[in-house]
Amino acid sequence: MKEIRYIRAISEALGEEMARDENVFVIGEDVGGPGGAFSGTKDLLERFGEKRVKDTPISESAIVGLAIGAASQGLRPVAEIMFMDFLTVCMDQIVNQMAKMRYMFGGVYKLPVVIRAPCGGGLNAGPQHSQCLESWFAHVPGLKVVMPATPYDVKGLLKTSIRDDNPILFIENKALYALKGEIPEEEYLIPIGKADVKREGRDVTVVATSRMVHQSLEAAEILSNEGIDVEVIDLRTINPLDKETIFESVEKTSKLVIAHEAVKAFGIGAEIAAMVCEEMIDCLDAPVLRVGAPFVPVPFNLEKFYLPNSEDVMKAVKKVMEY
Amino acid sequence: MVKKEKLLEMFYLMMKIRRVEECLLDIFAQGKIPGFIHVSIGQEAVAAGVCSQLETNDYIFTTHRGHGQAIAKGIDLKRFMAEIYGRKDGYCKGKSGSMHIACKEMGIVGSNGIVGGGIPISVGTAFASVFKGEKRVTVCFFGDGAVNEGTFHESLNLASLWNLPVVFCCENNGWAQFTPQKVYMNLENISKRAESYGMVGVTVDGDDVLKVYEQAEKAVLRARKGQGPTLLECKTHRWFGHFAGDAQKYRPPKEIQEAREFDPIAKFRKFLMESKYITPEYSDTIEAKIKSEINEAVAFAENSPIEGIEELFNDVYVS
Repeated sequence: MKEIRYIRAISEALGEEMARDENVFVIGEDVGGPGGAFSGTKDLLERFGEKRVKDTPISESAIVGLAIGAASQGLRPVAEIMFMDFLTVCMDQIVNQMAKMRYMFGGVYKLPVVIRAPCGGGLNAGPQHSQCLESWFAHVPGLKVVMPATPYDVKGLLKTSIRDDNPILFIENKALYALKGEIPEEEYLIPIGKADVKREGRDVTVVATSRMVHQSLEAAEILSNEGIDVEVIDLRTINPLDKETIFESVEKTSKLVIAHEAVKAFGIGAEIAAMVCEEMIDCLDAPVLRVGAPFVPVPFNLEKFYLPNSEDVMKAVKKVMEY
Repeated sequence: MVKKEKLLEMFYLMMKIRRVEECLLDIFAQGKIPGFIHVSIGQEAVAAGVCSQLETNDYIFTTHRGHGQAIAKGIDLKRFMAEIYGRKDGYCKGKSGSMHIACKEMGIVGSNGIVGGGIPISVGTAFASVFKGEKRVTVCFFGDGAVNEGTFHESLNLASLWNLPVVFCCENNGWAQFTPQKVYMNLENISKRAESYGMVGVTVDGDDVLKVYEQAEKAVLRARKGQGPTLLECKTHRWFGHFAGDAQKYRPPKEIQEAREFDPIAKFRKFLMESKYITPEYSDTIEAKIKSEINEAVAFAENSPIEGIEELFNDVYVS
């Protein structure tokens, strides 16, 4: 095992997959010479050359469109969109083009496109550089949405995503880029669509995504001192959703809290809560609670009031315990 | 000098496009085709002139008004018709219909229902050609309405910057849906925009197939030789409404009448007759051949089944 930062785990995954398959190329703003706005593509230009490391103009629709066209002809592009918020300026290419092309053309195309984009607050980057918009994309048939929380998961899932034949939105978290974690020296892959039980527990299930996985683990640690045994599930992939792991856990605990950084309203939490209510309401001993951000834009100056944290998770867990 | 066979082939293609679309208008009016259709009658010279410069494995991207280009690129009429009918034997199992037809084997990457939506993707196939060391050229067709979309700007800039083998072919029929060019643009020749991207821009009479063919040859050759993209504007006329059934109340009757005076087929037929390439009998023979092809295609489509519910869930993802 070795210790590595989340962002370096990303560069390692990219480097390994580019070395493995010459059809893999990276494309995006500043991905070449500068090595990426957050250094995710560091050293790739030197290693793989200009043919496969493409610096682009600030033209998100052209970046994604090019990736789609190239993928339709057998290449495997990994496009970087510098902030998840900027996906809104290439929404047509993602939603109407990339997600539809295989289905509407009767299955003649495979589109192995990965779009990497960082989400999340915590950097005081303001309302246009901090959003978590995963539920928008999870709502679109034809896309897969991956959202890893640790260096181990980000590396294994990025490698799998690059090898997958479907369009994938790979949501990183810029507040986690500096996070250190252990990964094996040797190659490994992590399947898409498989959640990970990050902490086993008997009393309450907390299903979390991205940064909230860490907040939930912190909450679970504190609550264990109070005699509450929390199970923390890291979703890792938003779509396809790992129902099985969630259901197994809820069967055991009969209590469910969902924690994400995106605004609570209309989020992934609502989907999971509805799914559990639809299919296993008899198992529940308490209402399903959601932890998420308030329904306001991400404020530049008031982030500390905005971002959901471990205290919010603790409050929700205690509430379902007391029900 | 263009060879006689090529001239006759283009004449045949133009006639075929027109007769197929007339047939589509007819069967659409009979309620046999679901959804919308958009015909390109009056614009046949653009599709025939440009596609006649392409090889089978060259790529084209088309639009909602894309029947003509697909026919000119060599799509099989039977499967094309079945697709428009929404039937199983269509190129896309009936899932695309008129507006989204694709035919991978003939290089028709796909038509697009989003105005300007295909332009960035066409830059991608051009990129793939270079990446793989192939000589395949991409032609991206779009209407005049598409040039005010951001995708036009982003794509032309990038294609020029990377010297990609793509021809951006603007089929300028003067109408962006219900709005005439002078209402939405303070520019007469769209090709002028090419200069700002550092690429060659040409405006051609899109109702003159020989002129289209000549300029397309230069553009395609430029792309094939690795000399970069071209913005080729073909000025043409839309005889019918935006969609089949559009009463065109927004359009003065006189303007519609005038548009129909620019008949690319009549013009080309006159040229071919005067140059003694064809006789009136030849034209009749072609008509008969096309009529039989269309009848066969319609029968094929009407006899093809509609997919069942199990197909609903296929092809959302690669499993």
